[in-house]
Amino acid sequence: MRQSFAIGIGGAAGQGVATPGDIFAKIFSRRGLHLNVYNAYQSIIRGGHTFLTIRTGPGKITNMGDQIDLLIPLNQDTMDRHLGLLTSGGACIYNADTIKPGKPADGVQLCPLPVSKLADISRNKIAQNTLAIGAALSMTGVGFQALESVLTEQFRKKEKAVIDENVGLARVGYDYATQNFKAFPNPLPMTDTRYAVLGGNAAMAMGGAAAGVKFYCAYPMSPSTGVLHWMADHARKANIMVRQVEDEIGVINMAIGAAHAGVRAMCATSGGGFALMSEALGLSAQAEIPIVVIDCQRAGPSTGVPTKTEQGDLWQMLGASFGDYPRVIAAPLDIGDCFTLIPEIFNIADRFQCPGIVLCDLLLAEGRLSVDPAILDFDPKVDRGEMITSPNGNGNGSYKRYLITESGVSPRAVPGVPGHTHVVSSDEHDEDGVLISDEYTNTVKRRAMMEKRMRKVQGIEASVEPPKLQGPAEAEVTLVGWGSTQGVIEEARELLADQGIIASQLQIRWLVPLHGDAIAAILKKCRHTIIIENNYSGQFARYLRSETSFVADGHIRKYDGEPFMPHHIVEAVKEQLKGTTTLSVPTHEIMV
Amino acid sequence: MATEIAAPKLTTMADLKGKVDPDWCPGCGDFGVLAAVQKALVELQIPNHEVATISGIGCSSNFPGYINTYGMHTLHGRSLAVATGFKMANHGMTVLVTGGDGDGFGIGGNHFMHTMRRNVDLLYIVMDNQIYGLTTGQTSPTSRKGMKTKSMPFGNVEGPINPISLALSAGATFIARGFSAEQKHLTELIKQGIQHKGFSFIDVFSPCVTYNHDNTFQWFRPRVKKLEDNPEYDSTNWMAAMEKSLLWGDEIPIGKFFERTDVPTLHESEPVLATEPLVKQSSRIPADVARAFVEELM
Repeated sequence: MRQSFAIGIGGAAGQGVATPGDIFAKIFSRRGLHLNVYNAYQSIIRGGHTFLTIRTGPGKITNMGDQIDLLIPLNQDTMDRHLGLLTSGGACIYNADTIKPGKPADGVQLCPLPVSKLADISRNKIAQNTLAIGAALSMTGVGFQALESVLTEQFRKKEKAVIDENVGLARVGYDYATQNFKAFPNPLPMTDTRYAVLGGNAAMAMGGAAAGVKFYCAYPMSPSTGVLHWMADHARKANIMVRQVEDEIGVINMAIGAAHAGVRAMCATSGGGFALMSEALGLSAQAEIPIVVIDCQRAGPSTGVPTKTEQGDLWQMLGASFGDYPRVIAAPLDIGDCFTLIPEIFNIADRFQCPGIVLCDLLLAEGRLSVDPAILDFDPKVDRGEMITSPNGNGNGSYKRYLITESGVSPRAVPGVPGHTHVVSSDEHDEDGVLISDEYTNTVKRRAMMEKRMRKVQGIEASVEPPKLQGPAEAEVTLVGWGSTQGVIEEARELLADQGIIASQLQIRWLVPLHGDAIAAILKKCRHTIIIENNYSGQFARYLRSETSFVADGHIRKYDGEPFMPHHIVEAVKEQLKGTTTLSVPTHEIMV
Repeated sequence: MATEIAAPKLTTMADLKGKVDPDWCPGCGDFGVLAAVQKALVELQIPNHEVATISGIGCSSNFPGYINTYGMHTLHGRSLAVATGFKMANHGMTVLVTGGDGDGFGIGGNHFMHTMRRNVDLLYIVMDNQIYGLTTGQTSPTSRKGMKTKSMPFGNVEGPINPISLALSAGATFIARGFSAEQKHLTELIKQGIQHKGFSFIDVFSPCVTYNHDNTFQWFRPRVKKLEDNPEYDSTNWMAAMEKSLLWGDEIPIGKFFERTDVPTLHESEPVLATEPLVKQSSRIPADVARAFVEELM
């Protein structure tokens, strides 16, 4: 089992749940600890219930884990909902003036803070939060110095009196806990490494900047809006043109316009906005103008549950827009990969002049993870494909934008180059861009143009490696996941190994090209296969079957809006190996 | 030996001829618009490779195929969104957007409104025939009330929109109306529209000779009156323009309704575009900037 420590902070939206989360994340990452932050919340600006889990440890931490060690309820509701999550050895720090504890499990330490005695609550409305942070760090064996410096940074835009007041309060909470509460038996360790605390949306935005995106536009939509926020904040430093547009139809068409002018253009949305973009995705393919679209999946259909995660958009991506056309679809495996994937998919989209889709989800988009800053490479390999940016003596007007080639890729003249004027078109067209859809149609030319575009599929396939089996080939069970479940499945495999069950894992990052033959070859050799996904109908299982005829032995699916926790997978695998069922739908124990 | 510098090649009508001839019905108003655009580009001596002609879908949206520039034939209603992205990525180019009333005011109505308020520096020419032609004759957003079409065989019960007053209220900075049969006048308006810094909108009466039997060349001819013929008309006066825009019936004004030159264009408002067009800028993040981005996360 991984050594880890998890803090759960809950309250109403607007009560300041986020700030303690940020402070803990900074302190832990600077201590050289890995961390993962997941915020369960609702579509409300003030009120409701928000529950933030921050889990840390010296080894890799990829998910929220299975247990809360320290609960900090900022209101009665949180206490009532979540005290039951604590097991022996856990603790709960709360404001004794306003919150009544329920009955905890045996061995749980209740840590009441007499807030009105410790602070002037008429002046400082969030005194309880700061006191609790101080107390928590004392109990976890973190020196006060670390907290003082982070608080000073946190409030750096405020006047000195505010900084002093908060540092003072934290000190009071810290000392009170030292004297009155029992510290956790194992103080949080320290390592020499320093991690960056990266959010998925920021990672994709930064990945775009690294890939050379010069034009980014979006319409706000949870959970993708963070990409827009990072872009807007950093646009002038990164020299990126960032626009908020009237709707997602406008967004993708604007991106296509910019891409045609010759720059890399990107946009992000969620399932509903993506639905509006569908028609233009076909324009990108037909006119052969590369763009990258990010879809941060949330629980659908329709408005669905805007603040909850799901992997329910796969078939929308596979079927987006009408007609046959080459496309690329990839799902990042973790928050670090949200960064790394963007330059990769841009290179493929550019080389093959087709749309690239990044299939992210709320779990990654709004989650935060400790990453080695070295992976944030702002000088990645950039391949813009075959582009004509100067006449080079060829500007005699004979240029054919859609020249039929063996690879299906036709060199792309950037508008403005003398002697290369041409028309790009959503209508079917001849090699020179002349329409073969209106005044005349031509079956031979139509067929040649379809085949030209579709030939790109082979090149796309060759540009991506097939997935590899993680873990031993002779494992008792093989767990298949895609995208954001990489970390939680990996941890579940470790927990299974502790119980004597050896599990391997096949995690899919590239959905198109899938390399179905390679996947089927791997899975056919496996003893027992289980496909794990965050949706109702087994979208990936159905896709895999349609591409390869492969049918897995069992399925683990979750569609309650919350992500998998490791024990969900462990228990489901065990029941399936016993032969009790072939479809497990774990129940989420944390109600937010 | 001294290097001879070749005189820049003059832009001629032949340079602007598209690869194919228009497939419009004989007598279609769009022929006049095409000719006027080509003449305007020749008179302004803009080389064809510095022009992007971007359209949506419909009869008039086939326009980019008939003029030799960098053409984009996009989706129904989306030309202005595509053109905005294009202009932002390369504001060095002259951007013309062409289409019909259904494309621009119906399916593309939302982009029309927002492109105007953004003051994107482009010329938007709507070939307004008050009917859907390519789909064989249905009611359009500018079809008159009572007009019988295939989709409203008992007469249009909805009123038409007024593109000129709409453009005035949405903040367009150059607003004009032309008539396809008034070649010289239309060419002049197009020249002004191209030269105007900001969003230029020209609504052109471009009669559909096949499906619109109400608003024909014959119907328009006696009615159109040029604003330029009235020496007292002040096209910098927004209120006066609004008043004129409401005229419809025996007298229908054509010409420049309104122009203001004090509003910065979208690309002028963007510090990122201050140095040179986006497409010419480096796409690498300088190492020190990249380091600062990462440092924020530490």
